[in-house]
Amino acid sequence: MEKGGLSTVTFTNARDIAAHAGNPRQIFLNYPLGNPAGRPHDVENQREVLRAGLKLLEDADKAGIIVDLPHVWSESNLWMKKFMTDEQPFLSEEGEARRQERLKKAREQKARQSQHPFPIVP
Amino acid sequence: MAYIHYIDRTHEYYRSQGYEKTYNYAHNEDIPFTPLARPLSECRVTLVTTASFLLLDEEGRPLEALKMLGTNEMEVFTAPSDWPADRIVSTSEDHDRYQTDMKDVNAFFPITRLQEILKEGVFGSLSKNFYRTLPNYSHRKTTEVDGPEILRQCLEDKVDVALLTPV
Repeated sequence: MEKGGLSTVTFTNARDIAAHAGNPRQIFLNYPLGNPAGRPHDVENQREVLRAGLKLLEDADKAGIIVDLPHVWSESNLWMKKFMTDEQPFLSEEGEARRQERLKKAREQKARQSQHPFPIVP
Repeated sequence: MAYIHYIDRTHEYYRSQGYEKTYNYAHNEDIPFTPLARPLSECRVTLVTTASFLLLDEEGRPLEALKMLGTNEMEVFTAPSDWPADRIVSTSEDHDRYQTDMKDVNAFFPITRLQEILKEGVFGSLSKNFYRTLPNYSHRKTTEVDGPEILRQCLEDKVDVALLTPV
């Protein structure tokens, strides 16, 4: 989108994924996945996050800047250790079943398409 | 600052579940940069997310059925930028469910916050629609199908700034 002429800011909870991707302007909020724009039910916090993004938009003079916001999710960092482990599997059983179903559909579609000599026009 | 290294964590996790192939996270060598074309107070702003959600009508019924990812169809969905947050319900599963639910839409799709900030005159206007696209794991799909469609609509709507909230 940046190449297309827009100025963009990405808000992320996953600093390493975002840094690896290489986005033009990034705001990193060290909160659990699912909260890129702030703490749930905390209006002032959400406004602070957005304001940080808008400030970066105005201040950045080159690509690739990451601003690390100082906000802390909780006193204990245990949530970071426990995320995506046997103790706290990422998906619930139903969620995992849904994910497998989606993967199966994607594989089937890919198999169907590889049987066609010409690309399928959407 | 301690933070989760998701690339390693996801690789380890899926390997422990028996998946050998590791996901190849997107990487751009050359990062593009478009300086702000005009003062922020004159800019039109849009919001783009990969969170999955449904829009509800006034009776609380979804406007459309939930679509599954993983197809080659274009997966770009719009939400009018003046839509009320209490008629948006998350169907996302890409979050830390032990720490957070997705009940406050503004924590990942800050539509109300942007409507408020607009009234304060911080930027010129909001785009007609905000966008969501499914967190498709295919780089090709994102860069060749969904991304260009969002860009096309944004250019048509004369959008200057895009705020992105991947989930």
